[in-house]
Formats: sequence, C-alpha cells, structure tokens
Amino acid sequence: MNDRHNNFRKASVSAVADEVLGAAVRKTAELFVSMRAASIAEFAGFEDLRDWGRSRKLEVSGRLEEFALEFANRVEAAGAIVHFAHDAAEAADIAAGIAVKQGACTAVKSKSMTAEEISLNEVMMQAGVTVTETDLGEYIIQLAGEKPSHIIAPAIHKDRNQVAQLFHRFLGTAPGLDVDSLVRAARKTLRDRFLAAEIGITGANFAVAETGTLVLVTNEGNGRMTTTLPPVQIAIMGIDKIIPKISDLPGFLTLLTRSATGQTISSYVTIITGPRKPGEEEGPEVLHVVLLDNGRSPLARGPFREILHCLHCGACLNHCPVYRAVGGHAYESVYTGPMGDVLSPLLWGMKAYPDLPDACTLCGRCAEACPVRIPLPEYHRKLRILRAEGQTPWTAGASGAIGANPLLYRANLGLLRQILAHHKWLLNGRTGGALEAWTTCRELPRPKAGPGFRAWWGDRERGRL
Amino acid sequence: MQISLLLTCTADLLYPTSARAGVEVLEALGVEVNFPRLQTCCGQPWLNTGHQEGARRLALHFLEVFERADAVVALSSSCADTVRNHYAELFPDSPALRERLEALGHRTYEFCEFLHTVLGVNKIAAHPRSARTTYHSSCRTLRGIGLHGVAEGYLAQMFGDDFVPLAESETCCGFGGSFSIKLPEISGRLMADKLRNIEATGASQVATLDLSCLTHLSAGAERLGLGRIRFLHLAELMAEVMAR
Repeated sequence: MNDRHNNFRKASVSAVADEVLGAAVRKTAELFVSMRAASIAEFAGFEDLRDWGRSRKLEVSGRLEEFALEFANRVEAAGAIVHFAHDAAEAADIAAGIAVKQGACTAVKSKSMTAEEISLNEVMMQAGVTVTETDLGEYIIQLAGEKPSHIIAPAIHKDRNQVAQLFHRFLGTAPGLDVDSLVRAARKTLRDRFLAAEIGITGANFAVAETGTLVLVTNEGNGRMTTTLPPVQIAIMGIDKIIPKISDLPGFLTLLTRSATGQTISSYVTIITGPRKPGEEEGPEVLHVVLLDNGRSPLARGPFREILHCLHCGACLNHCPVYRAVGGHAYESVYTGPMGDVLSPLLWGMKAYPDLPDACTLCGRCAEACPVRIPLPEYHRKLRILRAEGQTPWTAGASGAIGANPLLYRANLGLLRQILAHHKWLLNGRTGGALEAWTTCRELPRPKAGPGFRAWWGDRERGRL
Repeated sequence: MQISLLLTCTADLLYPTSARAGVEVLEALGVEVNFPRLQTCCGQPWLNTGHQEGARRLALHFLEVFERADAVVALSSSCADTVRNHYAELFPDSPALRERLEALGHRTYEFCEFLHTVLGVNKIAAHPRSARTTYHSSCRTLRGIGLHGVAEGYLAQMFGDDFVPLAESETCCGFGGSFSIKLPEISGRLMADKLRNIEATGASQVATLDLSCLTHLSAGAERLGLGRIRFLHLAELMAEVMAR
C-alpha cells in the first residue's frame, strides 16, 4: 500500500460532529477507565507487575524469531499443523486454502484483530466460505457491514437503539428491544451457527513458547464454543503474541484483564495445547496454527520494538482524548488509538497513514495506562522525526536559526505582538494554514495590555541602577 | 538564592503580567531573580513536529544562555518539561553534551514546583478578594513535571471553599502545540469539553501553570461566549496575596 489511505483530519471532522458516536464511545471508554482504576487501586503490586511484563516482553522481542520457532516446534509436537505466513495475503490464503481443502462452506470465528489485519473474512468469502462472527460486538458490526472501532469493544461506537434497529432488520426481532432481549436474540442465532460450522477460527491472546499452548481470553464463552464445536480450528496469530513460559501466563493475564476492563480475570480463559487427543472429550480434532509475521520481525530489530509488546488491552484507547473524541473508524485501520497511531504507519507505511503520528496531544495518559509501559508518546515523536527526515523543508532549518538568534527572535515576536494587540485587521480575511486552523474554534489570542515583559524588566533595571 | 527566569514565548508574546507576577512572588520569597535577555524559545515547536535540527539549535542556544544559572524557573510546565526531559535525547552521539544538558535539566523547575520543592513553601495567606476559582492541571504539569495537588493546595488556602476542583482534571484540554492547528476540530472538541467542566464549577477565574493551555482555553472561551471567565497563571493570584 503506497498511496495515502487515511486523511485523519478529514475523517475526524464528521466523527467529531457525530453526537451518538461521541456519547457511546465516551460512555464505554470512561467505564473501562474507571473499572481499571478501581481494579488497580486494590492490587498493590501492579506497578511492579508492569515492570515485570515489560522485561518479559523485551526478552521475547529481543529474540522474536527464535521464540516463534520454539513455539512452532512445541505446538507441532502437540499435534497441530503449523503454517508460517510472511505477509497478510499469504496468511489469508493459507486459512482459505485449509477451508477449501476440507470442503467447508461455513465457519464461526471468535474475535481476532489479527484476522482483521489480514482481511480474512473477505478472503474466506471469496473462497466460498461464510464466516460468522461470534463475539457479540463483532457480530453487530458484521451485520452493519462495518469494521471494529475498538480493539476489545468492536461496536463501542453504537448505542442500544442502533443495535436494536440492526437486529430488527437482519434477524427479524421486534423493534426497540432492550439489551437482554438483544443478547438472547444473538445467542439464539449464533447457537445454530456454532452447531453447523465446519471450521472454527480464532486468534490468540497469548501463545506459550515453552509448551506450544494457545490462550484465548473472552467474556462471552464464544472462544470456547468456537474451539469445541467445529471439528477443525484455525488459529491465526502474530508472532508477537508469544510469551516464554506457562508460568508467565498468570502475570500476563492479570496485566491484560485488569488493564482492559478491570476484571481480575476474564469470564472465560480457553487454554489449548494441540488438538483433541484420544480419550479427550473436547477440543478440535484438527488444529492449524498460522504464524503471521507481516513486518513484525523487522520491527523487533528497529527503534519501535516495544510496540510489539502490546497486549491489545485497549487501555491506551480508553485513556486517549483523541480516540474518545472521534472513535475508531476515523483511523481507517484495524489498529486505532495511540497503539494504532504507531502501528499503522509502521505496518502499512507512512505514506498510507501520514497523519496518525499527529493524532496525539502528547498528553501522556496512554503511557501511564499501558500495562507493559510501551513509550507511546515518545514513539509518536519518533515517527514525526522519521516523517520530517523524509521531507524536511529548508524552512524548518531556517526557522530554527531564527529562533536561536535573540535579535531575530525578538523582532519576530515583537511584530506579532503588535499585530495581535493593535492590527488584527491585517489578518482579517486571510485564510489558509495555521491562522485558519486556529480560528476554527478559537478567537485570536489577545496580548495583555501594558508594556511587554522585556520593556518592564528594562525599566526596572534602569531604576535599580 | 538566585534563579534565572525562563520567560517562555507565550509570556513574552501575550502574558507579560503573568511573568511580572512570577518575579514578584519569587522576590517576595527572598529569591534573587535574573532575566537573561538573550533567551529565546525552548524549542518545543521544532521538537514536537519532529524537526530535530531546529530543536538542536534551540537547545544549544538555551544551554549557552542558561548554563551558568544556579537554577532555572519556567513559567510554563511544558517548557520546563522540554528542558528537563527532552533535551538530552536530541544529542544521542554526544555524551558530554548530554551530560551538560541533563545537569541543566535537573536545575530547571516549573514555577509552582520550585516554590514547593525548593523553597518549601507550604503556607499561603487567604486571597484578599473572594472569587469562585478552579484550576486547570496541564498534562505536562501532571505527567511531565509530576506535580500533583500542589497548586490545588495553594489555591484551597487562598480561596477556601471558593476553590472548586475541576472534574476530569486528568484529561487534556486539546491544545497539544501543533495538534491545535493540525487537528483543530478535535482540538476544539476537547477544548469545549474542558470549558464545559470549567463552567460547571461556576468559577469566575481559572488558574493554571501552563500558559499555552491558557492561550488556547481563553481564546476558546471567548469564541464560546465565556469571555467573562478569567484565565490566569497561578503566580498572578499569589502575587495579589503577597502584595497585600
């Protein structure tokens, strides 16, 4: 993807104006923020746990390919079939190929952002396989023909009324249902899909290198149904999801669920080591694991390495003022909010997402919330540097020279002060650039009356002498 | 005790009264204030837009002007944060320069932080004029400088029950430097949310430690018909107490 894919300002204009979206996003994000805060307040060792999580993740990202191989060997030894995918298209083709070879035409899927990253549903559809999303939020947006707008709450941008209308239209339910009735309606429809599905598609929240174990975290039990009812499971995971040892799992689960929703643990944790073995009653008969690189191994060797540590908890989104103002769709990417600002240009190129490094006020709340301390504000700055290096106009250097020259600096500031204080008319009717942008929502600033500080100081000095 | 005042561009351009008040407060507390006239900008506009070369020039100029100071006191948190937390990283290949910048960073303080941590000011008298007052805590005050509750403590002493804390005080006001003009619609939305919270306190004046937020919020308040609310640097309210 070399062309510009996202114009964030353009996309944000309509999002900011959408009151339903704004209220829905803010309500849920605020709920997540307060539940996280309460959960961490009662957990004394959380800051230490964050340090531990970061250090464990640094070990993984420091030897990412080795860990991927170790995991592949273990999961293969446990009886799974492993596929390595270099990029998104290859991963989607592998998954679709498995389905076609099985002669499958229906699949159920538990929530997976990696599957979104590789546009799996579209590729499966083209291969003649109908994929039904089974996470309630994902199901809602699948009905609406939209993309997820939050990494753990894909339908965060919709309110109950909108969901009731969707269900009325697509499932034939009565109009204006309450939340409980909507959930029942979805459950009834999805139950049939689970029972009929020939393939279950999942992601992985964690993959344990030591044991070849896949871990799925859900609150609706759909992960368990997806991995239990269909005979074949395809798990698609980025190689960044690996953790070294099974003994690391409790710590990472705690970091994930407390940061995401404030839960001590999610309602369901599905732990799968290989396919169903003789004598076992549950689990898929055949397990395929697709290990996706898609730019991750070069990232692990570069200056943005820690972005691969992301647990996909969504805390940075929930705490981000920009995300809360626009929701996820304005980012026009699978990954949104602060982690998406960083990851999207790195995965798909700065040309595709040139504005996202600017979608940040550098307020720093994301860094405070990140369970593995990814330096997100610093990464935004670094991306801005990379972008500027590609296109630094000579004016940036020249303006630096002016700024560092006391005489020129004072002359410029003095002129601007005079204009703002006495000659605003000079700016009247002038549009374009910074002036127009500033006055979109603000008046021009007005200097306080009286002498400037330097003049006052000068008078005082002379008085002292 | 001698300090060098970092005026900041905003005070230089728009708010000389804030800087004068800062000088008055410091002097009333027995501090000798120097004003190095050759100072310019701390370099944030370059730093935050990724223009490393410009940022380096400004950092070097800053070092030249301020290196001999015992301490530097800045009237905006974001400028103090820039000097303290972001200068050294501009020179990854010059350990000697980094060391000098880090040492200078350690001696650079935000105004209120300086009062609290260096001068040990805990008590301040009541303000002569009662007025419903709230406080906007800037992101850089909280997460750059790491100052929590100090300004609020001073304001509560000055205004008693007339000091009303602001709801959602951890949330950004939407200024963000270049952000304010790159994404003005989002900036305006965050600003309106902040101003709504300010309005809900019933305050007639808002104190802050960051003149950049102040510029953005006061210009926004004027647009939204809230021009009656005064936006001030904390130093101005303190100077009024001390002048009594």
